[in-house]
Amino acid sequence: MSELTPAGRAALLAFTLLLLVLPAFATGHVLSVAIICLNLAYLGQSWNLMLGFAGLLSIGHALFVGLGAYASGYLFAKHGVPPVIGVAAAIAVAMLMGALIGYLGFRFAIGGVYFALLTIAFSEFVRILLDHATFVGGTEGLFLPVTRRSGVDLINLRGWTEMFYYVILALCVGAFVLCRAMLNGRIGYFWRAIRDNPEAAEAVGVHIFRYRMYAVILSAGMAGVSGVFTAFYNNNLFPEQVLGIERSIEITLAPIVGGVGTLFGPIFGAFVLTPMGEFLTFAVDGLKESGLIAKNVKTDGVKLMFWGLAVALIVLFKPSGLWPWVCRGLGLVKSPEQRG
Amino acid sequence: MESLLKLCSGFDPVTIGTAVISGVLTGLVYGLSALGLSVIFGVIRIVNFAHGELLVIGMFLALMLFRWFGLDPLWSIPIAAAVLFAVGYALQHFVIRRVAYLPDHYQFLLLAGIAIMIVSACLVIFGPDAQGVQLPYALDSIPIGSLIIDKVRLYAALAAVAVASALLLFFKYSSTGRAIRACADNNLGARVVGLNVDRLYALTFGIGAACIGAAGCIILLLVQVHPYLAPGYTLLAFVVVIVGGMGSLFGALLGGVLIGVAEDLASVCTQPSLKTAFSFGLLILVLLLRPQGLLGRIAR
Repeated sequence: MSELTPAGRAALLAFTLLLLVLPAFATGHVLSVAIICLNLAYLGQSWNLMLGFAGLLSIGHALFVGLGAYASGYLFAKHGVPPVIGVAAAIAVAMLMGALIGYLGFRFAIGGVYFALLTIAFSEFVRILLDHATFVGGTEGLFLPVTRRSGVDLINLRGWTEMFYYVILALCVGAFVLCRAMLNGRIGYFWRAIRDNPEAAEAVGVHIFRYRMYAVILSAGMAGVSGVFTAFYNNNLFPEQVLGIERSIEITLAPIVGGVGTLFGPIFGAFVLTPMGEFLTFAVDGLKESGLIAKNVKTDGVKLMFWGLAVALIVLFKPSGLWPWVCRGLGLVKSPEQRG
Repeated sequence: MESLLKLCSGFDPVTIGTAVISGVLTGLVYGLSALGLSVIFGVIRIVNFAHGELLVIGMFLALMLFRWFGLDPLWSIPIAAAVLFAVGYALQHFVIRRVAYLPDHYQFLLLAGIAIMIVSACLVIFGPDAQGVQLPYALDSIPIGSLIIDKVRLYAALAAVAVASALLLFFKYSSTGRAIRACADNNLGARVVGLNVDRLYALTFGIGAACIGAAGCIILLLVQVHPYLAPGYTLLAFVVVIVGGMGSLFGALLGGVLIGVAEDLASVCTQPSLKTAFSFGLLILVLLLRPQGLLGRIAR
């Protein structure tokens, strides 16, 4: 944390403490919103690892989440395998899919936006296959048996909402630490070199195929873990909901708003977007009650419109995201001179 | 063809023939919609991620015109094309032009953001339910020998061919069309000879969007409209355009027909709901084996 100013350190400490004690005073609704928010922050970090660090745009990230969810959910529901073991299967399946897409994409030199289309194509392809896979329920959905909703059973991932909150918080922190280590390590420099100029990176001897593969596989594995969480938190899986293209786009929102390529940006973005979305839902419902707008206006539609607008405005006016700007404005990180 | 028939053994040639004809007709409409994507990509090098959303705007426009004035969607083509032209022109002129300096990813993401806004606006205004038009000739069909052709599908395909031909003639013979092709071939060269590239780009986006609007009116003949159709149509247009070749106008029509036939055959031979899996499978194959598309030239 040497790059933080005292103010930055204090802010980080306060933020961490707030998250740690949140369940003590939060209502059930606030807690479930916080879980959604942390899940987005976690997934945003996973997505950011590909685009922000290695320059690979994925618009099919829900595929890895869905594979992880279905792998662990299937093992639990049909064979009674607990998620502690199932998570290994989830990571393996997601990483294999990542490796497949990466291998095909990079071997055949599918660059830029075409790579994004490849990820969409794979994601939709798998979604339709899952729609027809009767052993995981097809369109009817896969349901996980719930024996109890209280206590703490980490082996079977069953218990209070508070437990799920701390699980996703731990995942989020873990992802942050991992991303930070990666970005500041040797591999992070290789990734950034490839992102900024693949030809030059290759010319100085960076094995771009290998390091791009590492990025996709690692990112896919991380997303797969989130799939396990999603499966056991929701207890039901539908291909359309878990793997739909809307889901993939949702994953990209937080990092774009927070700042692609920054470490804290995806988390910041999630903590900006989710509460604002909730506030809008609340405000629109209130306006509907008071009769100022028509009752049949879809609240979800208004929230989505705001999110779309947020992305468009960020790309137009602050393509590097909000976090670097906030950071500099509040003096949370040392300027290059201060670092010496 | 023989192996295809073997695959579909148990189905008589008439079923297959009907499916192929219906596939070609639907495919021509797909082709027209994809033409809009292809024109925009071929000239401005922008992948229009809001394609399906513009199409859905066209469909809702035709729906409203039908509700208010009883106008057949085929007659609302000029109106929808004009409105979408204005939308496309404004989009390029006021918004997309500003991000030309950013990497491709950002342009893609900007359009994704615009796409979300359009879908949610449609959701707020029109609601999530599927709505369609009731036409007097909706259930008519024309028998040719033992084959049956839906009248609606035939009209839709004819309209699509008419609009597509008008577009091709415009690009081939009009001076504006030639200027736009010059921008596509050599941006710097076009600037050097004094073409107003920014204006031509806005015009191109407008023309592409008009094409999409026309396709929207035509598609309303075949399916009911609801806001969540949009992402599916975006993907479908990507598939069609990539199979045919990004930036190639005939390629888009050819890709449309191929995908249309593949989907209709797939829904006859397997389950109808699996048909999109075939087009995505085809997309993956084409991306890997011939990324420039069947008729495309190698770009960059």
